[in-house]
Amino acid sequence: MSHHIIWTTIGAILTLSIYSFLYKDNPFYKFAEHLVVGISAGYYLVIYTFNFIVPNVARPVFALELSGEAIPLAGLEWWMALIPGLLGLLLYARFFPKFAWVGRWPLGIYVGGYAGLGLSPVMQARILSQMQANSLPLTSVTNVLLVVGLLGTLIYFFFSMRHKGVLGVFARIGIVFLMVGFGASFGYTVMSRISLLIGRVDFLLSDWLHLVG
Amino acid sequence: MRRQLPLTLCFIAGVFMAVQYFIPHWRVQDTYDRFLIWLQIIFAFAFLLGTVSLVKVHFHKIRNRAADRGYSWVVLAGLASMIGLGFFAPGHNDPGSPFDMMFQNVQVPIEATMFSLLAFYIASAAFRAFRARTLEATLLLIAACIVMLGRVPVGDLISERIPEATRWILTVPNLAAKRGIMIGVGLGMMATALKIVLGIERAWMGGGD
Amino acid sequence: MSWYDKLLQVDRRWIFLAIGVAVVVPFFAPLGLPVVVTDPVQGLYDAVESIPPNDKPLLLSIDYAPATLPELEPMAFAILRHAFRNDVNVIVMTLHPAGYGLAERAIRGIAEEMDQVEGEDYVFMGFSPGVSAPILGLGVAIRNVFPEDAYGTPLDEIPMMEGVRNYDDIPLAITLAGWSAAEAWIYYAREPYGQRVGAGVTAVMATDYYPYLNAGQLQGLLGGMRGAAEYEVLIEREGKGVLGMDSQSVIHLLIIILIVLGNVAYFAQRRAKRRAALEDA
Repeated sequence: MSHHIIWTTIGAILTLSIYSFLYKDNPFYKFAEHLVVGISAGYYLVIYTFNFIVPNVARPVFALELSGEAIPLAGLEWWMALIPGLLGLLLYARFFPKFAWVGRWPLGIYVGGYAGLGLSPVMQARILSQMQANSLPLTSVTNVLLVVGLLGTLIYFFFSMRHKGVLGVFARIGIVFLMVGFGASFGYTVMSRISLLIGRVDFLLSDWLHLVG
Repeated sequence: MRRQLPLTLCFIAGVFMAVQYFIPHWRVQDTYDRFLIWLQIIFAFAFLLGTVSLVKVHFHKIRNRAADRGYSWVVLAGLASMIGLGFFAPGHNDPGSPFDMMFQNVQVPIEATMFSLLAFYIASAAFRAFRARTLEATLLLIAACIVMLGRVPVGDLISERIPEATRWILTVPNLAAKRGIMIGVGLGMMATALKIVLGIERAWMGGGD
Repeated sequence: MSWYDKLLQVDRRWIFLAIGVAVVVPFFAPLGLPVVVTDPVQGLYDAVESIPPNDKPLLLSIDYAPATLPELEPMAFAILRHAFRNDVNVIVMTLHPAGYGLAERAIRGIAEEMDQVEGEDYVFMGFSPGVSAPILGLGVAIRNVFPEDAYGTPLDEIPMMEGVRNYDDIPLAITLAGWSAAEAWIYYAREPYGQRVGAGVTAVMATDYYPYLNAGQLQGLLGGMRGAAEYEVLIEREGKGVLGMDSQSVIHLLIIILIVLGNVAYFAQRRAKRRAALEDA
């Protein structure tokens, strides 16, 4: 039996073990469920290590090499690899209760850095560009619906004033648009879940059993 | 040191990253380039914290002789085998290596199948729970049915109005609603980011002194 | 027990069985219904088509995980086939650690199928963590984010990477993602650098991306397996996307029938209860 057939059969057995849950919970399902937790954690550890930590931290610090070129010990590039590496290791202080507070230093840099990084792009992409795109002349039914729909949706989520009078009318319009939008999302969600099932059935019927395609 | 220093570091990092977009001076951009890599390195170590926590949890289950500790052995065996294959087996994580074969033929099938279970549950929920009890729910269901039909070839076969109606739903009411949600969530994201940078939001520091 | 009570109490495993049969049967008895192409998919196809051959490369970020493989892998295959058919070089990378193995299998599989040479026609950069940081970093210098490819070869030694420094040298970046990575490419590549971005996302997410598409922040959008099927029709090379459409059609019809049946039974039950309450009163 070739290696390919053995590995494919292993994949098929594990696939069927997961599907056995549809009948009822059982040890085959639990085994597969726990196996994937361990295997995926190990996979991510190896990928992170070889793909990122080794070339960007370990090799510059210990082998004095960065991107195929030699770097001097205690030179700028060496420190630029060592310091963030040490900061990253400080995160593991959380496992030692007496020193757990040390882990807040790199966490502060990381949380603050990413928060600051996102401020302008989010403002531009989610707010300014969208408002610009929806600033339409009210010269067609579509444009009127888009403008009214957006206003209605925004007003619906504005809870600082009671939804009465004109505000109430717009909030009601907003609900209608939201329900249709959520309906579209639901239809797509069904499509998405079914596609995942089709993919697995295709694997079982064509890659494993060779009954089709 | 325990609270003020992390908050100060958070503020400095946040303000610097926010304003660097507007300062093209080479010293600022050079610092920004290096800081981006620092963030990635810290992120990488943070991600792997989860692996250490996983080992701790399951090790405790085994040590305390919990009822389902057998499955904890499965988790740890899976983790150990991938680490062993990835670090010590020939080919490391090259394509076709034992490590890669475990990923392609164990992790991929199980993960893909887990999520495909939802197809069955969504069908069951469609029958048992999706009720047109109110006008809003009826609108939602009608829109969903039109989109479900319009996005498959059989919808084109039944009538060309169905895909046309689907296109209209997606590009008019759906667009307006999602845009409204997007703007609202965007404002919330910005507010949260500002609160974090300014030290008003401190949940990330955890409890204790 | 009346018919509506029996119907509403049916064991859900019968519904599971019905779904199972509905998905399997079209594999053996295909309907062969045509797939009609929509504007969002046409937009992405045209964007790839507009890249001049043997010139600047396409950047393809395979950011999906095994959970969303059936929806997004057909997109990856179709886009790679399209690019290689047009002699467009491809830079492949990933922002998801599980995407490493999946990206590798996609690029190697299609490259072998179409006789493409690593280093000359495509390069696989590997994985870079942090999402926003690598996307922003690529706009400054690709070599800052990926000093070497996934196999340790410095980029300066890779022929197709000569003269490719940052987004200025990349006409189009496409992300295939089942999570927020797709949005991140818009925030951190499109907005600060003006990089043209296209996206392939799961159907669950697709409706949320229409505002970006409408605002011109995306060149095109593939949504779920249907999006992959439409792209396969455009490149005239059917794959798993088109193959799955028959089962998709049958199951969608089945689910609509289930929704209608469930509601008919529910309303019949509700009417009977009201009638009984009135008679008692």
